[in-house]
Amino acid sequence: MFANFIMPGAFGLPNWENMDDVQFFWLKVAVIVAFVLILSITLAFLILADRKIWAAAQMRRGPNVVGPFGLLQSFADLLKFVFKEIIIPAGSDKTLFILAPIISLTMAFLAWGVVPVAPGWVISDINIGVLYILAISSMGIYGIIIGGWASNSKYPFLGALRSAAQMVSYEVSIGFIIITVLLVAGSLNLTEIVMAQGHGFWNWHAFYLNSPQALLIAPVMFYMFILFFVSALAETNRPPFDLPEAESELVAGYQVEYSSTPYLLFMFAEYLNITLMCALITILFLGGWYAPLDIGVQFVPPIFWFVSKCAFVFFMFAMVKAIVPRYRYDQLMRLGWKVFLPTSLLAVMYVSAWVVFVGGNAAGGA
Amino acid sequence: MLPVLSFYLISSVAIAAAFMVVASRNPVHSVMFLILTFFSAAGLFVLMGAEFLALLLVMVYVGAVAVLFLFVVMMLDVDFSEMKRGFFSYFPMGGVVAVILLMELIVIGGSYFADSEVTPEPRADGLSNIEAFGNVLFTDYAFFFEASGLILLIAMIGAIVLTLRHRTGVRRQDITKQVSRTRKDGVELVEIESGAGTGE
Repeated sequence: MFANFIMPGAFGLPNWENMDDVQFFWLKVAVIVAFVLILSITLAFLILADRKIWAAAQMRRGPNVVGPFGLLQSFADLLKFVFKEIIIPAGSDKTLFILAPIISLTMAFLAWGVVPVAPGWVISDINIGVLYILAISSMGIYGIIIGGWASNSKYPFLGALRSAAQMVSYEVSIGFIIITVLLVAGSLNLTEIVMAQGHGFWNWHAFYLNSPQALLIAPVMFYMFILFFVSALAETNRPPFDLPEAESELVAGYQVEYSSTPYLLFMFAEYLNITLMCALITILFLGGWYAPLDIGVQFVPPIFWFVSKCAFVFFMFAMVKAIVPRYRYDQLMRLGWKVFLPTSLLAVMYVSAWVVFVGGNAAGGA
Repeated sequence: MLPVLSFYLISSVAIAAAFMVVASRNPVHSVMFLILTFFSAAGLFVLMGAEFLALLLVMVYVGAVAVLFLFVVMMLDVDFSEMKRGFFSYFPMGGVVAVILLMELIVIGGSYFADSEVTPEPRADGLSNIEAFGNVLFTDYAFFFEASGLILLIAMIGAIVLTLRHRTGVRRQDITKQVSRTRKDGVELVEIESGAGTGE
């Protein structure tokens, strides 16, 4: 598993093959620190973009005071949160109360460990990257449950229960949707999944039109793309599925008792999970770092395509937040269990039948 | 060097966490330590090169089973003093069970390590974990695999049947009925002469 780390020569670093253990270790540490820093700074601007898009949809200006066009707003917010007092409720479980946001943020960062952002630009290119992301994202629930329980208060606890039930429900359909992509791509390695979608947008899994046989599953794959997008909204507790923190009913859900830096960590983890979902949609359905057409655009670095696709998906997330009203909780559960789960399960059966009888990329597997 | 260090770190965390599952006073903390134990076990699997098993352990036990444990423990109003009171009366029985389990472990582990120098190794043909599993699971053990799936399905249906109650008077939402409803079904225009009242 550790043999296929790849990062040969990226960022002008020496090739890992002629390094000893210690050098390799420090190289990895350096890469991880760089990843975390870049992600954090990107996130600051994504939060601003989210607010700006939301404001524009409501014909407001949004944050526009701190820095030019309000560009430094997120940094101002960061300072504000960090310098406030951390309030720990008297009846709370202090250790778990502090631990919860840390778990949330750690899990959110951990999942990025296998996400390839450009050819070779990945911290760890493990051959079961998809499973790793599923495992880590299922751990992210703990931050929310523990946070809600440790607050020793009613609204946070109700919010935590809602949130956990919601995330568990939608994880199931997300798992099935990912399986359809795995079947078509023939690999669990995220880099190989992207590699299977090169040379033109008709190879992307969202619009799978690369051969006459592919027409049989192209509509299903597009439908899976839509389903994954909606499930991702539910999985990250974004509007219209932000019931765990529905202001009108639960004040702020599991975060009610949190203030200052712990709250900041929760919010940071939430946005990090959203960007992870954007990256996953890009990798699984929109061809990762590949250009829509590979004619005459070879001079554009692959990272550009990856980032712009992610930004596009994030823009869609923000637009949904601005224009779709919130679901009711029973409707959310009905949608998850009675619509998404059966249809994605049927799609898995249909796509696997297609792989076996019609062909496709099945040779890529065992 | 690094793998050896990791092994001692992870296994000592696993043992300490497993001890704390039993020793900790708060049941929620116990479940948290149980999760830490599962996680450390997954780390040990990774060190042995069984990354598929490791991630499966995290997904199934940490991601699903322990969440249910946590739910149950949080929802139940457990009286700690009541639980601690029976400790010494249950101690002899529990002790006997623990000793028997320990003996069995020693016998099995002893016979395994005594007559073999075998250490688990990744396959030489470069087949990844998941491919190796798939090759065995869907050929030699296909029947057992499907039988276990069937058993789980029956258990699930059984649980649903046991808890399903048909209550009368519950008003359910029927989305198609709501959507297909028109103005004509919902609104009735009544002409009432002024001063005549509604006839009540």
